[in-house]
Order: sequence, then C-alpha cells, then structure tokens
Amino acid sequence: MMVLTVGSAIVALEADEIIYGAMGLAGSLLGVAMLFFLLEAPYVAVFQIAVYIGAVAVLILFTVMLVRQERWAKEVPAKSLTRLAGVLTGLAVFVALAFAVLATNLSQFTQVVNTATFVDIGDLISTGDSPILLVLALVLAASVVGALTLSRVDREEKPQ
Amino acid sequence: MNSLSDFVIVSAMLFGIGIYGLVTKRNALRLLFAVEIMINAANLNFVAFNQYLPYQAATNATGQTFVLFSIALAAAEAAVILAIVVVAYRLHQDVDVSELKSMEG
Repeated sequence: MMVLTVGSAIVALEADEIIYGAMGLAGSLLGVAMLFFLLEAPYVAVFQIAVYIGAVAVLILFTVMLVRQERWAKEVPAKSLTRLAGVLTGLAVFVALAFAVLATNLSQFTQVVNTATFVDIGDLISTGDSPILLVLALVLAASVVGALTLSRVDREEKPQ
Repeated sequence: MNSLSDFVIVSAMLFGIGIYGLVTKRNALRLLFAVEIMINAANLNFVAFNQYLPYQAATNATGQTFVLFSIALAAAEAAVILAIVVVAYRLHQDVDVSELKSMEG
C-alpha cells in the first residue's frame, strides 16, 4: 500500500505526459484511501474516494483535455540544478521528519484504539453548535461561484 | 501489525515528494498535483494520530471530522485552481507559471 501511494505520487510528478501524471495522482489518492481503511476509518476513506477519485481527478483530467497542447504536453524537463535542489530539499524535509518520528516513542502504538463509528462522526458534525457543515457549504458555494466567474466567457467582448 | 510510526513515515515521504514537486516544477497542473499530495500527507497524519493515540472521552472522532473538512476544502481549492489554469491558458496559451509575466507584482 505504501509502495502504491509513494510510487504513484512520484509518477504523478515525473511522468512525461501530464495525462499519465493525472492518473498517477489518482493512484496516489487511492493509496491514501486504502491507508485510511487500514486505519479503520472507513467513512473518511469512502469520502476520500468519492471526492478525490470521483470529482477532483475527473476535474483534472477534463482540464488537461481542455488545455492540452503538444508544446507542453511533453514539457521541457527542469534544469538539472533545479532538479538537484528539489531532490535535496525534498530529501532533507523527509529525513528531518523521519528522524523526528524515530526519536519519539510513536512505534509503541500498535493498536487502533479509536472505535468511532459513522454515527459518532455524524453526531460531531451535525449536532450542537458545530458550524462545520455551514462553513463547508459556504466555502464550497464561494469556490463554485468563483470558478464559474473565472471561467465565464465574456460574450460582450467578442466581435459579433 | 502496523504501528503509528509507519503511517507517519509514509506521510513524511509524501510530504517530501510534494516539496520536491513544488521546488522543481513550473507547470501549473504539476504544482496542483504537488499541493494535493502534501494535503493528503497532512490528512493521513490527522487520521493516524486520531486512531492510535489513547483518549479520554467515550468517542473521539475529532481527527476524522477535521479530515472530512480538509478534503472538502481541498476539493474547493482544486476547482478554483483549475479555473485559474483554464483562464491563464486562454490568455497566454500556456500553463507554465514562469511565463505568466502579467501576474508579476
């Protein structure tokens, strides 16, 4: 699972054709969803699959098709110095985080102790004064309106 | 049996890959991929810590709920970024961020 997730993430960034990169990203997101299943959090996993694989990945594929152009479909590779800097930065971040993790006693936790069910999550989201759904609805509506405004074709400027 | 540190290490790997993509790539779509990968690394950490660490209350789904919130936010963000990419392509015929000179401050 780890190999699928990390390998697909590398494919997403390094594939020659950007459309393969989009598929790699979908694979990586699916791998994370599988890790959520392993963590016994099926609700989050299903949500991840529905939103990321079902919506975001398809949206990205459509955008790739819309703006696809031979000139950058096979994009010019980054300069070797930039690439080296990127690899070094990424590795440095990973090594620092890994050392930080290994220096703690996190590996002693081997049992999933949380048994929260769908009902508990639903309770947390929708009861009491929880503003989660309200804020989410507002944010999603704002983003949809923003995206529509951005991509609207301005017909008045077009010559008749 | 998987331990908590396994998941955190995978998350650190994903985060490192995302940083690498942000540093090296100039294509706006690749940058979006890198950001999505980093968001997923953070989400994985949230759920892992929520599930493995002992808790006091009867149920503790705070981490999972936060991740649901985060996933929806990431979807909204992706929609806006993709709209910006389409507009930038329409204006410049390119999605290379180093070519978008008119966006420079």
